[in-house]
Amino acid sequence: MKKQNRSQLLTFIKKEFMHVFRDRKTLLMLFGLPIAQIILFGFALSNEIKNSKIIIIDYSNDITTKQLIEKIDASKYFDIDTRIESADGIEAEFKKGIAKMAIIFPPNFADNLQHTGKADIQVITDGSDPNVATAITTYISIIVNDYNAAYNHTSSLPLQINAEMRMMYNPELRGAPTFVPGVMALILMLVCTMMTSAAIVKEKELGTMEILLVSPFDPVSIIISKLTPYLLISILNLLIILFLSVTLLELEIKGNIFLLIFESILFILTSLSIGLLISVNATTQKGAMMTSLMSMMLPTMLLTGFMFPIENMPWPMQVFSNLVPSRWYFITIKNVMLKGLGFSSVWKETLILISMCVLLFSISLRKFKIRLE
Amino acid sequence: MRILYYLLEKEFLQILRNKSILRMLIIAPIIQLILMPLAADFSVKNISIAVVDHDHSTVSRQLIKKITASGHFKLTGYKDSYLDGLSMVENDKADLLIEIPIGFERNLVRENSQKLFITINAIEGTKANLGGGYLQNIIRDYNSELRMKWIPPNSGPNRGQVISIASTNWYNPYMNYHLFIVPGILVSLLTAMSSMQAAFNIVQEKEQGTIEQINVTPIKKYIFILGKLLPFLVLSVIVFTLGLIVSKVFYNIWPVGNFGILYVSLIIYLFAMLGMGLLISTYSETQQQAMSLSFFFTMIFNMMSGMFTSLDSMPNWAKIVANLFPPSHFIKIMRMVVMKGSDYSDISSHLFWMFGIGLFLTTWAVLNYRKTIN
Amino acid sequence: MMEVDVIRTENLTKKFGNFIAANELTFNVKKGEIFGFLGANGAGKTTAMRMLCGLLEPSSGKGMVAGYDIYTQRDDIKKNIGYMSQKFSLYDDLTVRENIRFYGGIYGLSRKEIAAKTAELLTELQLEKEAKVLVSQLPLGWKQKLAFSIAIVHDPQIVFLDEPTGGVDPVTRRQFWDLIYHASARGVTIFVTTHYMDEAEYCNRVSIMVDGVIAALDSPANLKLKYGANNMDEVFYQLARNATRGE
Repeated sequence: MKKQNRSQLLTFIKKEFMHVFRDRKTLLMLFGLPIAQIILFGFALSNEIKNSKIIIIDYSNDITTKQLIEKIDASKYFDIDTRIESADGIEAEFKKGIAKMAIIFPPNFADNLQHTGKADIQVITDGSDPNVATAITTYISIIVNDYNAAYNHTSSLPLQINAEMRMMYNPELRGAPTFVPGVMALILMLVCTMMTSAAIVKEKELGTMEILLVSPFDPVSIIISKLTPYLLISILNLLIILFLSVTLLELEIKGNIFLLIFESILFILTSLSIGLLISVNATTQKGAMMTSLMSMMLPTMLLTGFMFPIENMPWPMQVFSNLVPSRWYFITIKNVMLKGLGFSSVWKETLILISMCVLLFSISLRKFKIRLE
Repeated sequence: MRILYYLLEKEFLQILRNKSILRMLIIAPIIQLILMPLAADFSVKNISIAVVDHDHSTVSRQLIKKITASGHFKLTGYKDSYLDGLSMVENDKADLLIEIPIGFERNLVRENSQKLFITINAIEGTKANLGGGYLQNIIRDYNSELRMKWIPPNSGPNRGQVISIASTNWYNPYMNYHLFIVPGILVSLLTAMSSMQAAFNIVQEKEQGTIEQINVTPIKKYIFILGKLLPFLVLSVIVFTLGLIVSKVFYNIWPVGNFGILYVSLIIYLFAMLGMGLLISTYSETQQQAMSLSFFFTMIFNMMSGMFTSLDSMPNWAKIVANLFPPSHFIKIMRMVVMKGSDYSDISSHLFWMFGIGLFLTTWAVLNYRKTIN
Repeated sequence: MMEVDVIRTENLTKKFGNFIAANELTFNVKKGEIFGFLGANGAGKTTAMRMLCGLLEPSSGKGMVAGYDIYTQRDDIKKNIGYMSQKFSLYDDLTVRENIRFYGGIYGLSRKEIAAKTAELLTELQLEKEAKVLVSQLPLGWKQKLAFSIAIVHDPQIVFLDEPTGGVDPVTRRQFWDLIYHASARGVTIFVTTHYMDEAEYCNRVSIMVDGVIAALDSPANLKLKYGANNMDEVFYQLARNATRGE
């Protein structure tokens, strides 16, 4: 590039920065969003299901049931409600949506157990949230099994298999390790896409694009200067997210931070290219933003793999999820940041992101040029 | 009222004329409602497991068979060394690794007790937790089976007591995850659509300068605002209705409860959401700002209102915050009415909350709107 | 013709913090008059006009527009005035006919009146063929003529025009002023701001604002005489060159 051209480009990039930084409210949102999300997701959300309200109806009221209730009460998974005294009251509680489960101890529980060696606890769950229902049923059976085991152990049981468990990467089972990479992918993707598409279409709407196009600038420079501020903002955002994850959420960056940043920039560029593509096709800001938001938010959230495991999806969905860039970025982040793996573990994902980025950028560039002719 | 009629006519003309936005508003949500529930399957059923069996004994083989036959686990690798197994966990080929040490069967018989090792990738908390739980239960079951088989009755020490659990799931006996997620996604789409539209629409008139022209006409402010919001109320109700039809056709989900309750709740919900959109519009000068703000809230709503995660698991401060979000209440209402047939008395507190929030936001918006005019 | 004042102000002032945008404006505009409101950028024209239209509350002073008080009877004022801003203010995504119908409707015209007005406007502007064309597809000059006609669709007593002819070719400007004369002849008072000094010559009287105050107010002929100028350009230059406020 000639020297004069370069200084022109710089002036132009400066102008774009002015646009972005003058608009304090948008800027506030741009930086406020990741901070708010990290705090909320880091501290408020977890994949773990706990504090579920359950109803216990004890028709037997003996030593065994009392011991069991005590055990259940001691678990962080449950909040016990004893106000309901008969099974007839369960449905009303379920319909209010407060209690998630009812546990019923039939009469003569301890007697039965002693005489027959067997006793049944009746458990009713509110299946309207299947996830919670499955999880708490499992928790209850773990508690009951533990109780069985403890009782039996005292009478020294033969042939005991002891399973020793080790939780890798996230021993306390916190929500943050899952959510942070997910949120990074989500925010970078949506912010980049929406902001760029809106910024470019705005020039079209105001008619200033015409002026730029008659200037001696080539389209590539126009596009580059439009994208640069958002690239820098996104990198800054990324650093803020990483900083907060490390300091506030005490999440360790196990892998190489430069690899992490390199992958992130690659992903940001891909997202910017999507924004560019949307802006080429849209004629109004509203249209561009609606397209970005309505068509990208849910798919990004659901198909990235951080809320719902991709391998659970039916195959057409799995195939489709391959087209979502954040899916590949999410894997990369998990491997590098949380597992501390090197480039050899993410070269495939990197290659996919590079090809997506190049493809999207060249398509939008071509479309942009066609519009000029 | 005649003036309101002309305002509404104009708004509808504008909405209907812009085909690409209309497509976004109606077709995009419907397509997503059809497709997204397929992706949103949280049921933990395909936990992939790698096995490192150093023992190669009958017991170890039976145990592995028992695990794979349970339906929760999918055997993805059978390795000879722990490191090979671990690398499967690192590469996400396996969520769980079970290692059976050498001499497992022999020691079990000789010493009456033997360890085995389970390594879990705990990045995804739920999967780790549930996977570990399932696995332990299976091992215990197998353990008691083993005892039954190997120790003849009435010989030696007792076989222990067994308390077992008989569980039933009400409202959703087959644990169909779609029943849970489809209403959630519908609300999520509705949320993005309604608040954003309301915010954009007024700011667009500001940016284009037409609001100036409106301000010199004798239109009352509240009529103007009403004229702006009513079309999106109507549009949202249409999308909601289409959403119910889609749920029936594609997922065979049809509300158990009363439709009247559903629609009354919807209107109150939209009142709150449109109030929020209005408030955003009074604080924004450009569409970009309006979009940024509504995007901010939509994102947080999507994540915090119990659409996909459990509200009860959150710490108390977060529960209070979530309570201030209208979608938290509407999602609950939707699920309660659709699946359980709850009626007004069951959902009254949620309706009350939504109405209160709506009233607060709208009042704030109107006060702020007045101020910006002068 | 009876001499009735449709606009009368006394020491009308608007302050924004310490900045006095309009300082003690006192003037009156007669019914049917074409009143030119000139001034350099930043002289306070728009502020004054916004106060008269009921968009902005004055800080002090008195003002009556169309017989109503600008503090207490803003809604009545709004019913009796028309307004056309420098920013083009019709809905781009509505057709010509739909725009007329909408503004007619919100000014409370009956269905019959709207139909009659629409027909009348379309003939007058020779837009019959374009009735179903989106406003965004009209040339700028036509848009502006249409905007003016719509601003007086409800037969207001006064119409405020804020730089109505910016960016229009001379022929269209001439046609635009024909519309203004036509309206004036029907008894509509015209209150117009402009940067074009030839347009100032078309006015019955002009006021020239400098730094928030009215520096001169008279008929173009008298002003030229008073300042010994050949045309309004020179008058304006003499008054405005000492201005301290500008853009």
